[in-house]
Amino acid sequence: MTTTLKHTRYVIGENLITFAAFALFLALALMAILGPAIAPYSPLTTNSAIALQSPSLAHWFGTDQLGRDVLSRVMVATRLDLGIAVLAVALSFVVGSFLGTCAGYFGGWTDRIISRCIDTLMAFPLFVLAMGLVAALGNSIENIIYATAMINLPLYTRVIRSEVLVRRSAGFVEAARLTGNGDWRIMAYHLFPNVLPVMMVHVSLNMGWAILNAAGLSFIGLGVQPPTAEWGIMVAEGATYIVSGEWWLALFPGAVLMLAVFCFNLLGDGLRDLIDPRMRT
Amino acid sequence: MRRRRLIKTSMGLVAGITLANGLKACSSPEAASTDTSAAVGTASGGKPSDAKLTMVQGGGFPNSLDLHRVGTNRPAYGISWVMYDRLMTFGSKELPDGSISYDYTVLEPELAESWEMAEDGLSVVFNLRPDATFHNGTPVTAKDVKWSYDRAVSIGGFPTFQMKAGALENPDQFEVVDDQTFRVKFLRPDKLTMIDMAVPIPVIINSELVKPHLTAADPWGAEWLNANDAGSGAYQLSEFQPNERITLTRFENWKSGPLPQIKEVIVLNVPEAGNRRALLEKGDIDINYELSEKDQKELTAMSKFTTYSTPIENCLYSIDMHTNAQLKGAENPFADVKVRQAVAYAIPYDAIMETALYGQAVPMYGEGKFEPDSTTWPQPTPYKTDMEMAKKLMAESAYPNGFETALAFDLGNKEWAEPAVVLIQESLAQLGIAVNIEKVPNANFRSVLVEKSRPMIVNNFGGWLNYPDYFFFYAYHGQDATFNGSSYKNPEMDKLIEAALASEPGKPDYDQNVEDFIKLAWAEMPRVPLVQPKLSVAMQPSVSGYQYWFHRQLDFRQLQKA
Amino acid sequence: MAKPSTSQIVTQRILAALPSVIGVVIVTFLLTRALPGDPAAFFAGPAATAAAIEEVRRNLGLDKSLLEQFFLYVGDLFRGDLGVSLITGQTVVYDLMTRLPASLELTLAGLVLAIALAVPLGVLAATRPNSWIDHGIRLLATAGVSLPTFFTGLFLIYLLYYRLGVVPAPLGRLNILYSAPPQITGFYLVDSLLSGNLGLFGAAAAQLFLPAVTLGLFALAPLTRVTRASMLGMLSSDFIRTARASGLPPRQVLFGYAFRNALLPIVTTLGIVFSFLLGANILVEKVFAWPGIGSYAVEALVASDYAPIQGFILTMALLYVVLNLLIDLLYVVIDPRAGVES
Repeated sequence: MTTTLKHTRYVIGENLITFAAFALFLALALMAILGPAIAPYSPLTTNSAIALQSPSLAHWFGTDQLGRDVLSRVMVATRLDLGIAVLAVALSFVVGSFLGTCAGYFGGWTDRIISRCIDTLMAFPLFVLAMGLVAALGNSIENIIYATAMINLPLYTRVIRSEVLVRRSAGFVEAARLTGNGDWRIMAYHLFPNVLPVMMVHVSLNMGWAILNAAGLSFIGLGVQPPTAEWGIMVAEGATYIVSGEWWLALFPGAVLMLAVFCFNLLGDGLRDLIDPRMRT
Repeated sequence: MRRRRLIKTSMGLVAGITLANGLKACSSPEAASTDTSAAVGTASGGKPSDAKLTMVQGGGFPNSLDLHRVGTNRPAYGISWVMYDRLMTFGSKELPDGSISYDYTVLEPELAESWEMAEDGLSVVFNLRPDATFHNGTPVTAKDVKWSYDRAVSIGGFPTFQMKAGALENPDQFEVVDDQTFRVKFLRPDKLTMIDMAVPIPVIINSELVKPHLTAADPWGAEWLNANDAGSGAYQLSEFQPNERITLTRFENWKSGPLPQIKEVIVLNVPEAGNRRALLEKGDIDINYELSEKDQKELTAMSKFTTYSTPIENCLYSIDMHTNAQLKGAENPFADVKVRQAVAYAIPYDAIMETALYGQAVPMYGEGKFEPDSTTWPQPTPYKTDMEMAKKLMAESAYPNGFETALAFDLGNKEWAEPAVVLIQESLAQLGIAVNIEKVPNANFRSVLVEKSRPMIVNNFGGWLNYPDYFFFYAYHGQDATFNGSSYKNPEMDKLIEAALASEPGKPDYDQNVEDFIKLAWAEMPRVPLVQPKLSVAMQPSVSGYQYWFHRQLDFRQLQKA
Repeated sequence: MAKPSTSQIVTQRILAALPSVIGVVIVTFLLTRALPGDPAAFFAGPAATAAAIEEVRRNLGLDKSLLEQFFLYVGDLFRGDLGVSLITGQTVVYDLMTRLPASLELTLAGLVLAIALAVPLGVLAATRPNSWIDHGIRLLATAGVSLPTFFTGLFLIYLLYYRLGVVPAPLGRLNILYSAPPQITGFYLVDSLLSGNLGLFGAAAAQLFLPAVTLGLFALAPLTRVTRASMLGMLSSDFIRTARASGLPPRQVLFGYAFRNALLPIVTTLGIVFSFLLGANILVEKVFAWPGIGSYAVEALVASDYAPIQGFILTMALLYVVLNLLIDLLYVVIDPRAGVES
């Protein structure tokens, strides 16, 4: 344990960027928890008298078409956006881990069936699959989460499968088996914890991608329902105002969205260093 | 003084403004039958030049050259309108604001240089222009006209439906007298028949050119006409790249009207509204058509461009509330008239007008009377934002504590509808009505309209004919047409509407019935009218000659470019 | 085991991909049928009565049972008939044939730009690990992948077209002054050169520039990352050390030995990135009015127009299979030792 800590400190010391990304992540998490409480205005209350005002001291990020404060909307949206990303990634992680571990451990027909299904999924253009799912199920937050989870599923299943495959005949697994552990127990307590660190890298990288995916869906009109504040939809709708000069509508939510994705990507990189310093990429 | 009082007979049809069509027309058969000179439109002017016009438009890109095809969209009507001729067209007039509009009281010759009504009023004979030719040089004959009319009434779907509305139902009605003479026999006297022959649908197609492409599966050459030109109109097709661009070139041998000034027209597909605006501002295109309200306001304010904004005849943006007692097996609060009235008082009209529509529409609230004394349509309702009144009505209703409901709108209208519904949601929350907003992709919204499965919807229905009875027939009548978004059924209302339909403007009973059904609508309030929208265009200053048409597409023949 | 011949590899791969493709056909069919809109109601037109909607439904064959529709669809598929798109009014085959080159050209251009930038950056970062250059490159690449493509696209249009006027209008593949070159490959850049029209080549390249940059930015991160990692691995390997020790010039060591051997993972990533970009360019196409298959699929999806969605997904799935096959074959070219696993 202490060596891990030392290693962590070493990596952070070596790598300020990861540290900064981690700080940024904490700030975002804090914003997700406190956002609604500390937002200067209500994110939903309209005021047509101050519609489309450029950034000022009263409204740092300006106001939108309905006179809502963009800063407050961006702050409040943090919870929803991180929530969508976390849930989507968690869902695909759990399902993918289960399928991947089964496929890798049991091999044979289990592996063949699961791999075939995953191959089929991989052959879909993923963004179109997400669009189709949301369009078919209806555009609600839950369905955006399901769609995002679905298109991430192949990644987790494949990575875990190959990791488990490598380890399934390793010494520690054999030892566990000889001491009378059942298949499920071996998978849950011996194999899975071993592949977890590798997975965390993908989880982190995936979080950023999940946010971008939700934003893309919003751009096509398949995002959350109004008047909910969500970064993607704010950028998507704000983007149509760029030409007419209301740049702040897209720029600020876009910048925050980028920061969040950026943060998860850098964290993923950092985690990779942590887990396997030689493999730093 | 209402112009419709001047007109003896009305004719009409209705359709939604949302998609395929918007067209309205009316005229007097007497006027048409006496107007047999070869007079030509007054709107056109300017010597033919080598000018090249580039345009983009909102609302989609023409998806077919054949407007009889299933699924042909509204922008395609603009191409068909200039590539093909019809027997007759409409005149034009100046509107109070100085802009030019088509004139539905005047039918003018197009491919037919004259026509005579039979003594008994049960048929009409058209004399075709002897010198008119199709784009490939073959003369236009009555045989082509008959084939085209036969196609329109036989091909099924929308064209057949449209022809039927003018009592043009059967190929037997169309008779080739000789090469230059074509007779249409009427099934019955119908005020719509003549008008229906000047709307976009009955285009005259070069039948000899199509015939080699007919098959048993495709007896009307739909596949070939979809991407090929068989017209005699002022412009011929020079390039058709689906979903990218359409290039039209002036047909120098056009005889059905004065030769257009512009030689070449390029229609480009630019899906992003922001890019369309940027292109206009940078001077890369000449015309940006069907602007959003915001662009209209701001481009006009720049005073760098020629802009026009015409209220769309007989069209209203409204909030429709489902009026049946049950909805999807559950009790429906909007069946309670007090609730509907409360909603009508709670809508933040001015805020919607200002922030959602940027002031670019005609307000349809507040100024009206509960006892209407005019048949003007559309006319404003007597409801204005009055939260006290709304709360009082809610307290008197069966739902004093409010309820939860949903409001659906078409994603295709999101530019104005989304801010509007958010404002409405906020306002209704004060009455205890919790509104969930549901944005529905454009294609699915039609299903929402047909199923009538939502408690509240945003409707943008427009009647083709500028008559209240036609609007009400589709929006308030118990036949429960697609556009009766409230699924409103009231025998008393039906009686008034039917009586008005059977009569005509200027007759005392007509006026009485119209005023009565408007009164009933204001009392019952199944739909809350918000505004009458406008159709807007912004053009480079070098372009002139814009004319508003009922089909809501540009008529390139009348445009000029310096 | 004897090394399989190229034709064996191809056959084996295609056979292995068959179940996936069948799966894609079934899932796509079911997915389109689950879309909530009623195509009959949509295409029957606004004033249609219930009877008219039914008539359209019959014409479109949507009144048949799901199973019947599926077998009709599969039957058509075998005849190479993908149906007719109701929104464009053309056959889906025609639409895909004219649009696929546009998408491929855009994706390839984006990829080439990304490679041109990412590989030198990756090599540079690998030669100076943990320096500020390394960190800077990493930040730059990560920033590129952190922006929604539609946002980057609209922002670049605003800046470079609307404000500065240095790029042409975002009007698809060609400026309105030009018309398309005679179709040979469907790639305007290639076709214009083949027909010897340099002006046209310039115009096509100018139109392509901005969307390709938008797309390329997105591909920068994975390529830089993998180049760097792969180079790092090679530079610390024994044979490089040996090469260095034997006094070979650093340039030769770097490019002649290390880089050559680092190529394999780069090529693998390239394949993944390419298929990823093909999907990601949907939004870029929409922003730049690029007449590709991505924007086509979006439109069809929103209109519940079944045939184009099915055709699009099937095309993409086949492309995916072909792409993987090409990568496998490339392996053999780059590293003759690499066999092909089943």
